[in-house]
Amino acid sequence: MKIIVCVKQVPDTSGKVAVKEDGTMDRAAMATISNPDDMNALEAALQIKDANPDAKVIVLSMGPPPTESMLRECLAMGADEALLVSSREFGGADTYATSSTLTAAIRKLGLEQGDIVFCGRQAIDGDTAQVGPQIAEKLGIPQVTYVTGIEYKDGQLTVRRELEDGYMTIKVKTPCLLTCIKELNTPRYMSVSGIVGCYAKPYEVWDFNALSGDPTITVETVGLKGSPTQVYKSFSPPVKGAGTMLEGADKATCEQLVSLLEEKHII
Amino acid sequence: MAFNSKDTAAFKGVWVFCEQRDGVILGTGYQLLSEGRKLADDLGVELCGLLLGDKINQDYAKALGGYGADRVYICEHPLLKDYTTDGYTKVICDLVEEKKPEIFLIGATNIGRDLGPRVAARLNTGLTADCTHLDVDVAKYKDFLRTTSNIDVDNTKFEENQNLKATRPAFGGHLMATIICPDYRPQMCTVRPGVMQTAPYNEATAAKTVLETVAVKLDAADIQVDLVEIKKSAKKLVDLVGADVVVSVGRGISADPKRGLEIAEEMANVLGGVVGASRAVVDAGLIPADHQVGQTGKTVHAKIYVALGISGAIQHLAGMQDSECIIAVNKNGSAPIFDVATYGITGDLFKVGPMLTEAIAKYKASKV
Repeated sequence: MKIIVCVKQVPDTSGKVAVKEDGTMDRAAMATISNPDDMNALEAALQIKDANPDAKVIVLSMGPPPTESMLRECLAMGADEALLVSSREFGGADTYATSSTLTAAIRKLGLEQGDIVFCGRQAIDGDTAQVGPQIAEKLGIPQVTYVTGIEYKDGQLTVRRELEDGYMTIKVKTPCLLTCIKELNTPRYMSVSGIVGCYAKPYEVWDFNALSGDPTITVETVGLKGSPTQVYKSFSPPVKGAGTMLEGADKATCEQLVSLLEEKHII
Repeated sequence: MAFNSKDTAAFKGVWVFCEQRDGVILGTGYQLLSEGRKLADDLGVELCGLLLGDKINQDYAKALGGYGADRVYICEHPLLKDYTTDGYTKVICDLVEEKKPEIFLIGATNIGRDLGPRVAARLNTGLTADCTHLDVDVAKYKDFLRTTSNIDVDNTKFEENQNLKATRPAFGGHLMATIICPDYRPQMCTVRPGVMQTAPYNEATAAKTVLETVAVKLDAADIQVDLVEIKKSAKKLVDLVGADVVVSVGRGISADPKRGLEIAEEMANVLGGVVGASRAVVDAGLIPADHQVGQTGKTVHAKIYVALGISGAIQHLAGMQDSECIIAVNKNGSAPIFDVATYGITGDLFKVGPMLTEAIAKYKASKV
């Protein structure tokens, strides 16, 4: 049994964000982290492997060469193999082109009955939640998104899918693709032996040529050229500054605020 | 002829997917029809609502016309009663391939965000997630930029065309980006619930709506999953979108999250409101996700919005800046939240919060 986990290295957008003069994000100037939802996806894969020692967990990412650091961490957590898809041709891809490239990589790895592809629900830099379902569609396999529970017994997969007002219980055939959210589990830490061993595990990089045997992969179908969507304009909001800053931060300030709210008939 | 998403000239009309659960149409559908109406008027084309289900109540279908739909496509089949990715994707893609709409809007519910990318991938077209503003008209887009961006609109070149310009917070919500899909159709977008405003219901347009039942081709073999059950949550979800008063907490509560949430609850009780939270607080697991305000959470249009210890990342501002009165309390006097605040206090929420609650309570007591 093969479990492929798609992971992404993202800028840490929870802290300060560096912005270039042209209004785009200065990724090089920002710290990177493993995308949080993807770590829940990896944990889910590792739990299946814990119960099914024959299972092989492969972490797959697309990104620049430094993505290796994240993939090594995944290996240290317990993944068996890592594969980075990396090439200039793949740069500037939107979710559609990204999913085409990852789909070709998964196809080359080979997907059989019993196999599972895991993704995080969404990455914190784009927040689109689109790449997972698009991979599933291009592979022609069923998907379940927003997964908060997984039961895997005798090759039968039953998952719980979160809705805003409840949940669905779904039996799904394999191979399939599941996207995971943080309520699913708590990702494990890297173990000491894992860290020691992570450089001895198989690590491969596939470039454009490695995937160009796939009929869907040409210079026209990957990266910026293969992206149906384009950024037309990007901008920051103007400073409004129309509000009133109150003096002080004590009882008198709070009472002043309440009288202002009363004057304006807000309360 | 085979469907070709690059033959842009062949596509016409604006479509809205109107999601139903248990036969009841979600509010997002009405919001998107109201927004879609404006786009359809600017383009001079028809606005169509798309309704999938089983034994659909015709009155509900007709009601979509009251929110702007010229036509409602009704797709009924026992296998469409509840959502499945495979069933809904097949029926929708079959219809898109036949009718060829130029714009297709989907509510970004947990279901819409499952459906949208699957449909876009099958149709070989682009999809822009969680849009907060839509334009086809260049002049209207420029007006939008004048009030919401730092772009020098009059000295910037804009292509004169009616492509959909879909704006959304980007890069973790720190910038805004307008996305286009110029060479492929339909131009697809998802929009978060509560982002667009529902127009008043119009009896006259409802009466004129054309209901068109679609011949659905769907077989059990088309669906690769087995939906075992749907369980409604017993827990009552917080109604952020409908609340008049929202008191939200942000990263500022991290010194003592329990006390921070108490302070927000106390203030919300006194004001008759509900408690919201920034993404950081939800991500830290301090409060359930249904309390999240922002691009990836809910969009609120509150009468009073109190932001306690929230710095104000764009993705949060996107969810609350249209509130009527915004009160911000933050230790950092240069936090971006103060740029949108009606009233700001530079101070520690753990000290200012309870004092403000007390002052409001005192005022309310004096009015009894």
